Amino acid sequence: MKVIPIVGTTPDTGACAEHGPVRKPDLPLTRRDFLRGSGILTGTIAASSVLATLAPSRTWAVELKTLTQPEGDALMKMGRVLYPSAKLQDAVYALLAKDLDADAAKSPDTLKMLREGVAALDTAAGGSFAGASTAKQLEVVKSMEKTPFFAAVRGKCITSLYDNDMAYATFGYEGASYDKGGYIMRGFQDVKWLPDPPNAASPASGR
Amino acid sequence: MPSFDMNDNSVVVVVGSGAGGGTLANELCQKGVKVVLLEAGARQSPATFVNDEWKSFGQIAWLDARTTSGTWRVAQDFSGLPAWICKTVGGSTTHWAGASLRLRDYEFKARTTYGEIKGATLLDWPLTLKELEPYYARAENKMGVTRTNGIPGLPGNNNFKVMYAGATKLGYKECHTGRMAINSRPRDGRGSCMQLGFCFQGCKSGAKWSTLYTEIPKAEKTGKLDLRPQSHAVKIEHNDAGKVTAVVYRDAKGTEQRQKARAVCVAGNSIESPRLLLLSASSKYPEGLANSSGQVGRNYMRHMTGSVYAVFNEDVHMYRGTTMAGIISDEAKNNPKRGFVGGYEMETLSLGLPFMAAFLNPGAWGRPFTSAMEGYPRMAGMWLVGEDMPQETNRITLDPAAKDKFGMPVASVHFDDHPNDVAMRAHAYKQGAAVYEAVGATVTYPTPPYPSTHNLGTNRMSEKPKDGVVNKFGQTHDIKNLFISDGSQFTSGAACNPTLTIVSLAIRQADTIAGMMQKKEI
Repeated sequence: MKVIPIVGTTPDTGACAEHGPVRKPDLPLTRRDFLRGSGILTGTIAASSVLATLAPSRTWAVELKTLTQPEGDALMKMGRVLYPSAKLQDAVYALLAKDLDADAAKSPDTLKMLREGVAALDTAAGGSFAGASTAKQLEVVKSMEKTPFFAAVRGKCITSLYDNDMAYATFGYEGASYDKGGYIMRGFQDVKWLPDPPNAASPASGR
Repeated sequence: MPSFDMNDNSVVVVVGSGAGGGTLANELCQKGVKVVLLEAGARQSPATFVNDEWKSFGQIAWLDARTTSGTWRVAQDFSGLPAWICKTVGGSTTHWAGASLRLRDYEFKARTTYGEIKGATLLDWPLTLKELEPYYARAENKMGVTRTNGIPGLPGNNNFKVMYAGATKLGYKECHTGRMAINSRPRDGRGSCMQLGFCFQGCKSGAKWSTLYTEIPKAEKTGKLDLRPQSHAVKIEHNDAGKVTAVVYRDAKGTEQRQKARAVCVAGNSIESPRLLLLSASSKYPEGLANSSGQVGRNYMRHMTGSVYAVFNEDVHMYRGTTMAGIISDEAKNNPKRGFVGGYEMETLSLGLPFMAAFLNPGAWGRPFTSAMEGYPRMAGMWLVGEDMPQETNRITLDPAAKDKFGMPVASVHFDDHPNDVAMRAHAYKQGAAVYEAVGATVTYPTPPYPSTHNLGTNRMSEKPKDGVVNKFGQTHDIKNLFISDGSQFTSGAACNPTLTIVSLAIRQADTIAGMMQKKEI
């Protein structure tokens, strides 16, 4: 897959907004020209998102190697039912579909489980899980809570949704710090809404 | 670096290069003793450590299969990963947070102090604080522990600011940035803390003490250390007289090797150490080495643990700076009026976003979970760590079915919380939440125990051979040239983090072993 990193400007690290400084995300977005896979998931990052200011383009696309686009869509929707967050863009949930697709490409058993799981979602939703109402989607997902399919998708959500640069930016986590000299000069004690502890409890930095 | 002959039976073989084994190896080398140090994991360095939680986990954590059983929640949440410890040169000193506290005098006399506790196999250590004090002092100096040896404390980060403000409002008196084996100023050839926030992932600046870049290179300089990474011990052999003679291990290619030895010191952490003794069963020792008491693997302790995270209206950014940035010790004393014996420490803790998602409430889904995650930048957190009760049935055994890649039975870890542990955890959750509520937390999250980092007690010290596995020097009761050199020696768990005590015991054991060698006792 051709990965095009977003080359936005990193905000001035001195400015500490609600979410704090964010690092330059390396978004796994694929240029549509290069897409040749089994399915393509596309979307647009909301203008109001913190990510919109970082990306050169708000449109995104993720290529699937094994799963079909409707299957990818269903898994994305299932991810949003499991871990609903208005702050998280669809582009993040697309990473869930992408990671599950990668697992399916490696293992026929996984592919079978995902394929049958998605079919079961559709059946339980009365045709199309992705097209069902939010309430129906929740009911369907809950009904499958004991299945290995549910466990596999839920487990994957933890890493797919929360261990990526878009999630870091969205939830105000700054990631790797060593290359920036750590936080010793970058706000490790910048809380102003509480008094500073006395020197005996928290000595000034030795530097 | 020397490479000793496999048939050189004048070497001491140390199994494991962490706080116990790495320290012991260096101390022996400094005395001129030849040491072969077997380490199951590979060698990393501050340069190769990564500021990425999952990548680092894949790089240094012990991921070989283990099985679990019992009523503890870890068995449900992380059934194949009972412990969060390391398989790498330096062992879990690459991962530890750096808290370096001495046990209290009465904690060495747990049975006498706490009395008979139903279901607990409490025992007094055959060792007193007074006897260990000189070694604690040497360990603190070696490790550069803050607030000892004239070393200033570390500057507290935002997470500590929140803890301190809450602790003060609650009336707690003992709250500061801790005694940490992290340089607050340059010392011992290592720089001062850059407040990276990745203490658990291997310190990239080397400010945090780890045997990887302190004890081991110092030992290498003596010309007496033969460090063998990716060398996984699978059996300790003995002769007809019952003395141990060699360690069989698998090298990086999986090939079996046999290093002869004058003495063997086992420091593979409290799960692998008893496993190795059990795997070494023979016709002479059918229950495993040093196990005439039947105590090998028993009395497994893992500390009462839990965490409290709290969300505030304003930013905290708890992940900036040292992971364990401060401590409240007011609850660490033994005060049975609280409804339990022993005590617990409250220590700041932070997880990055990826591990927060994994550990906040394993298995949970839905809006309550994502709502909590959305509070991440406004979150503060603390870890609760206290004394748990030793129980004979909490134990490490060889799994009857599961095998590792060499075909050897894996360790099976059984643990049930003792009612005292449950009562202490409930109290700790309440007090932890109170600290944060005192300074305006909008919501607090009691978080279940992570896989065990403080694994203790499975080869415990005892005065009488029938009650334990080793004597006060870590020498096994049954075999005089076989030693245990890690936290599995602990007779009881005490409230505080165990590493300083493990290092102190290792320094003391090196003196003992060198003395015995000189007198030809071993």
